[in-house]
Amino acid sequence: MNNLLKTMINDRFMIAAVLLFGFGFMNLLLQKNLIRKIISFNIMESSIFLFLASQGYINGRIAPIIVDGILDADVYINPIPSGLVLTGIVVSVSVTAFFLALTVRLYNIYKTVDFDEIMLLVNKEAE
Amino acid sequence: MKIFKGRFFQNLIMWVNGDTEHFLPPADTKMMESPKVPSVTQTLRPLPTKDEVFLGSFTGLSIFLVIGLVSILLLTTYNLPLFGDPDNPVVNEVIKRYVEKGVEETGAINVVAGMILDYRAFDTLGEASVLLLAGTSVMMLLLKDIKNTDPEDDQIAAYEMEIEERNRDLILQKITMILLPAIILYGIYVVINGHLSPGGGFSGGAILGAGLILYASAFGTNEVRKIFTMKTFKILTTSALMTYAICKTYVFLLGANGIDTRIPLGTPGAIFSSGLIFVLDVCVGIIVACTMYGFYSIFTTGEI
Amino acid sequence: MLPLHYNIPAISILACLISGIVIPLLPSERAALRLNLTVSGFVAFLSAILLYKVVPNNEYFVYTMGSFPAPWGNELAVGPLEALMAFVFGLVTFLSLAGGVQTLFHDILPGKRNFFFTMLNMLLASLLAMTYTNDLFTSYVFIEISTLAACAIVVARDTPKTIGSTIRYLALSLLGSGLFLIGVVLLYCITGHLLMPHLQMQILRLIATGKYAMPITLIAGLLFVGIAIKSALFPFGTWLPMAHGGATTTSSAILSGLVLKGYIMLLVKIFYRIFTIDLIRSLHVTDVMYVCGLIGMIYGSIEAYREEHIKRMLAHSSMAQIGYIFMGLGLDVNLGIAAAFLQIVVHAFVKPLLFLSAGRLSEIYNHEKSSYRLRGSAHKDWVAGIGFTLGSLSMVGIPLLGGFLAKYYLIEAAMQNPYKLWPALFTLMISAVMNALYYIPGVIAIWTRSELSTANPVEHNIGFTWIAAPVLSIAVVFLGVNGTYVMEIIQRGLALL
Repeated sequence: MNNLLKTMINDRFMIAAVLLFGFGFMNLLLQKNLIRKIISFNIMESSIFLFLASQGYINGRIAPIIVDGILDADVYINPIPSGLVLTGIVVSVSVTAFFLALTVRLYNIYKTVDFDEIMLLVNKEAE
Repeated sequence: MKIFKGRFFQNLIMWVNGDTEHFLPPADTKMMESPKVPSVTQTLRPLPTKDEVFLGSFTGLSIFLVIGLVSILLLTTYNLPLFGDPDNPVVNEVIKRYVEKGVEETGAINVVAGMILDYRAFDTLGEASVLLLAGTSVMMLLLKDIKNTDPEDDQIAAYEMEIEERNRDLILQKITMILLPAIILYGIYVVINGHLSPGGGFSGGAILGAGLILYASAFGTNEVRKIFTMKTFKILTTSALMTYAICKTYVFLLGANGIDTRIPLGTPGAIFSSGLIFVLDVCVGIIVACTMYGFYSIFTTGEI
Repeated sequence: MLPLHYNIPAISILACLISGIVIPLLPSERAALRLNLTVSGFVAFLSAILLYKVVPNNEYFVYTMGSFPAPWGNELAVGPLEALMAFVFGLVTFLSLAGGVQTLFHDILPGKRNFFFTMLNMLLASLLAMTYTNDLFTSYVFIEISTLAACAIVVARDTPKTIGSTIRYLALSLLGSGLFLIGVVLLYCITGHLLMPHLQMQILRLIATGKYAMPITLIAGLLFVGIAIKSALFPFGTWLPMAHGGATTTSSAILSGLVLKGYIMLLVKIFYRIFTIDLIRSLHVTDVMYVCGLIGMIYGSIEAYREEHIKRMLAHSSMAQIGYIFMGLGLDVNLGIAAAFLQIVVHAFVKPLLFLSAGRLSEIYNHEKSSYRLRGSAHKDWVAGIGFTLGSLSMVGIPLLGGFLAKYYLIEAAMQNPYKLWPALFTLMISAVMNALYYIPGVIAIWTRSELSTANPVEHNIGFTWIAAPVLSIAVVFLGVNGTYVMEIIQRGLALL
């Protein structure tokens, strides 16, 4: 039991990330409001980035920017997750913009942002 | 269940259901007094009746699915390597080379910049193209054409624009004039120091874009349009991305065939060093700044 | 200095990317169209050369993107199978664009056509990159590119219906990419690598020591579900009919024919090059694929049977065909995977042929889409009529056409696994009958002389009549007669993967 608690406290970032992921995923599925769907998608993506970034950290080491010419791998944290997170953030920004643009168009057509209503109205469209 | 009958909980439930914004006071009707503007409710289509609304077992299934997924993930997390442990599997020969040989091979003091723009540059090329794609798809949807505009909406927009033009906020304008040079300067600093310090093209470009957006929201997009038109946007974005892609094509093809690319790396630590990374950072900065401002402008006015 | 043909994969990807970037600057949409046709034709030509060079020597090579080798830089891994898929992707993109361009200019507004061409080039680039890549994170980036580009070419038609279907497509795709990304992240956590051969080494080591057994199962599941959502496997494929049925003809042809297949190619590559196929079989992922594939075959067929709108019927039928492919992958025998790939190749030619012919037929009848309203249309343009008939017959599984051979190999593969034989045979039979039930009435309808709709005098569609329809028809017949040769290439490629 003690061991479990220790692991939990140690892995707090990962656990928070998983909980946030579930939160975002559930809202992405269940929210009817499109804007909230987009926000929950962003929560989901951010939780993955938190998870990834937490994998890069190593206790007691510093950010991977070479200082005073010290070229020792034992001084700096893992640079790979930072790079991957950067890539992921850009992708998520782009997708969010596209999603929002679609929402704006649908709002202009149907004057609502409720996903279910929009889907019903769309299904009634002739072509 | 008396506790759930309170006003707060009622509001909370409505908010969760996404019905209406009950936390807000009723909308100010004075704004819509102009006779030109038709009421929004008149344009509403007939809503579907209640039994048509699809609210089946989907909710329960999703909750079940998500709880299952989260518990499996939590269990997995418990089985994963510990946080911050130097003996983790991720600490291996890959990182060792990035850190120890990075400066020698890429010339960048910032190991992350060296990694994303030199070692794993193909990913980053894809990522920069994603930005172009996002800009293009947003323009495809929202750029004004005969399909997505109708005279009523145009009337409302023109009316709103008129109000906005009349009520330009003086405080915002003055503070923008003070802040803007600093923001632009800081953005440029972050972009061109990408290989030396935290930051780089993406963060610096976002700062520059934010500066442009601030200027546009203080003085109106028409003011920005005097210097930044659709044509500038297209030429800047595509030529920056083009430079990026051609530089990287050169490096990929020559590097793969084992030919020396003959790009001088310079002295590590100097501004003009680390070969192509500096150029690429500037390109990425331009792309990001233009795309960010482009998003703002297209979303607010439907044109750049 | 590498042999010259080693550079072909990188050149094709980068050529597509660069031409996609240039297009916004081009003055007219005709110029953009020409550039697009040139690039996809160029990719098909180069991939044909690569195929010619790689197949006789059984070559499988790794190409570093830049000067940094395996665990540090990005890489491409290329063999006969990848070259074949790239050839199909390039050729079918070229043909779909050439055949559908008239409808495309009718459907998309003048100011937006250049955006469409940018998207098309980026889509081709992402498909090629997903096929060739040897790096898991690169595949994630290009999956996202293809998601955005695919949604954008659906929405380019800009009717309320396409916008609605796109938002559904996008929401589900994002779920898929979220799951895929978390799979990639977990895999990185336990192995510390992103390149496929190193990942495989680490995973085999972990399996041997018995460490992290549970995370590995979860990761395989997450990567599979993430891709299955995007490639429209049965329970996740509800977005497909509306998105593919509503788009403009070129988009429908490319989405149904190629994009779904690009994801499956990536999935197979991940299974072979990261987990090894034996591990995947012992984790029972193949069983899930088998069951979902079987249900998908039946479900897609039933939905297609009930559909009146001709393009949505074709889209539902795509869902059934994806079921065939996943059933083949799930058969637990190597011949099954090869048969699934033959099915991929055949479907990549047949479905664009059907979509383009149906698009042409409805173009003659004033863009009517219901199959009832299309009566007699084949007499107005017999090339499109023959194309539709040929494609339908191939779908039903008439011998000497591509579809027959794919089904034949699927059954032969099922024979090798007695546990999965009977369900597969039974479902294939039902599905074939269902195919006949909804394709043959369509064929009869278009050849029945009756003037329900007034034909509008459309100009001659040169791209369709002289390029797209003949080449696709010849390809379908060629695959039916000479498909064993393609099967040989696929089997060699799979053995080297």
